[in-house]
Amino acid sequence: MPLLNTLPDYVLTTKTDELLNWMRKSSIWYMLFGLACCAIELMHTGGPRADIERFGATPRASARQSDLMIVAGTLTLKMALRTRLLYDQMPDPKYVISMGSCASCGGLFQLAYSVCDGVDKILPVDVYVPGCPPRPEALTEGLLKLQEKMMTERWLSRGPNGKQIAAA
Amino acid sequence: MEPLQILERVKNQFGDRILEVADRKLDPFAVIDPKAIVEIGRFMKNDPELQMDCLSNESGVDYKDHIEVVYHFFSYQRRHTAVLKVKLPRDNPSVETLENVWKSANWMEREIFDLLGVNFEGHSDMRRILMPEDWQGYPLRKDFVEPLEYHGISTVRESPIIRLDTKKK
Repeated sequence: MPLLNTLPDYVLTTKTDELLNWMRKSSIWYMLFGLACCAIELMHTGGPRADIERFGATPRASARQSDLMIVAGTLTLKMALRTRLLYDQMPDPKYVISMGSCASCGGLFQLAYSVCDGVDKILPVDVYVPGCPPRPEALTEGLLKLQEKMMTERWLSRGPNGKQIAAA
Repeated sequence: MEPLQILERVKNQFGDRILEVADRKLDPFAVIDPKAIVEIGRFMKNDPELQMDCLSNESGVDYKDHIEVVYHFFSYQRRHTAVLKVKLPRDNPSVETLENVWKSANWMEREIFDLLGVNFEGHSDMRRILMPEDWQGYPLRKDFVEPLEYHGISTVRESPIIRLDTKKK
């Protein structure tokens, strides 16, 4: 406390991990990638009304430049293999939002022969956004939840395989 | 022309190769000899009275004891429609392609091949169009059994709430 009081007003103090997390969460670049009608809501979310670019989230056309994959729409088995390929092409740290009923569990098409019953069968999912399709507000909420999750991570002190070492 | 008149005209031309003309309220149809489909198709397209310049739809149906391929024709010149059907055996169903008469048959026939396993002889590109290339079986056949796994992805999802179809999964 005495030290803090001696510092001038323009000096900010933080922890390195928190600074890193704050920077990471403020520039979540999501992959421009949509599978079905949820993609329309995804486009709206990037549009002027919901405008998730306010939170630093901007679409990238390449998996290799993305931090976040928003799986928006019905995932067919044929597409599942390609989605897995895209996910593998993303650099760490990477996150997945499962948007809508179809991506979360197969939704309306769960019993269809061609549909993968949920993207969590092939990828680890961080945030599930329910809805059919979710409104842009719901997806924005999902993004904010993801930001909260990122802030709790200790990226510097992570172990091998990207797994967290128990919080100090 | 009315659909039934069209079918009658085709019947007059081809005689017993038209197996049946069925008068239905919505869509009268004719069941024809599968071997004659290209010949009949050419006739319907080139005949000045019929001028069927568009094959608007081609689809397949599995009736458990046989498979049907259904052709919907439309004429932009004459503003009339007609429906033809061919009945095929369930084992190795095969019929000649209409691709050389109407180009649009190409993808529709590929779809029927993909989902019902009907082989179209003489087709320029007879492979699956929607399902993955390595898919086993024809999903719209009544006896199709969904595999439990595809490339290590389980196709079963245990739902805590919904058990719509316990027999299937």
